[in-house]
Amino acid sequence: MRIATDPMHQFQISKLFDLNIAGLDVSFTTSALWMVVGVLLVIGVLALATANMKTVPDRMQSLGEIWYGFIAGIVKDVNHAPGKPFIPLVFSLFSFIFVANIIGMFPYFFTTTSHIAVTGFMAVFTISLVVVVGLIKKGLGFFKIFVPSGVPVVLLFIVTPIEIISFLSRPISLGMRLFANMLGGHVALKVFAGFVPSLAVALGGLGMLMGGLLVMPLIVGVTALEFLVAFLQAYVFAMLTCVYLNDALGEAH
Amino acid sequence: MEGLNYVGAGLACLAMLGAAIGVGNIFAAYLDGAMRNPSAAPQQFGNLIFGFAVTEALGIFGFAVALILIFAV
Repeated sequence: MRIATDPMHQFQISKLFDLNIAGLDVSFTTSALWMVVGVLLVIGVLALATANMKTVPDRMQSLGEIWYGFIAGIVKDVNHAPGKPFIPLVFSLFSFIFVANIIGMFPYFFTTTSHIAVTGFMAVFTISLVVVVGLIKKGLGFFKIFVPSGVPVVLLFIVTPIEIISFLSRPISLGMRLFANMLGGHVALKVFAGFVPSLAVALGGLGMLMGGLLVMPLIVGVTALEFLVAFLQAYVFAMLTCVYLNDALGEAH
Repeated sequence: MEGLNYVGAGLACLAMLGAAIGVGNIFAAYLDGAMRNPSAAPQQFGNLIFGFAVTEALGIFGFAVALILIFAV
């Protein structure tokens, strides 16, 4: 009963088999397993979609085209022409996060994006990429993003530190947002579901019936909301990646 | 003074209040504008989500403070 109602138990990572390389613990875990499943799913669906391409697409090809076109549309809207080389990157990020989130919605499947080690790495990678691309494209002029033009010199002493802090907090907020949304959503689902056994323990069979009738519609609603959040967070991550890339690609402002 | 970190973690939930007001304002303003000029609404959907995400981040910082208070103090 304790494990059944513990909302954090679902996030526990367990080792599938031990693996040690040069003193580093690189065991294959449940988290790694579901990441591999997610990646294989994306590759599989896209391979099927592009297997026999025709001018008039069939259902599978349309799925791939809509999926890719959606991301390409975001990048084109935000970054315009200079963003074109980054469409595959944003597409990979979106697809991985979206599939990982959706896999997490199935009972007893593991949500890889509910761990900050995963989301934090993706966020740090994204911001590092922005810095590297910015330095390559603009050289030291990249640091102009900390000095907005048109601001009086006196105000710059306040504005520049704020800009620097806001830039440094980007990887934190980018990783935290995805992690906290997935964690929070799954904890909420589990807490609501835990009402049923709690009522059953407190009131017996009547409690079970009441819990089932009252809580079940609530859980269905929250689950539907979680599917929306799963898509929305992947979309937000992809879009914020584009917006941050704009600092490196866009005109100085 | 044992257990005060749990009080602090509870207080950190007040961040939800600010995030709720902010996110509510964003969607209210979007709907307000979209009702007045529905044809211009789809182009602003990206901006809507961007504003939502940036505002929501501040509520999530409150969540981070709560986590730190419970597990790291």
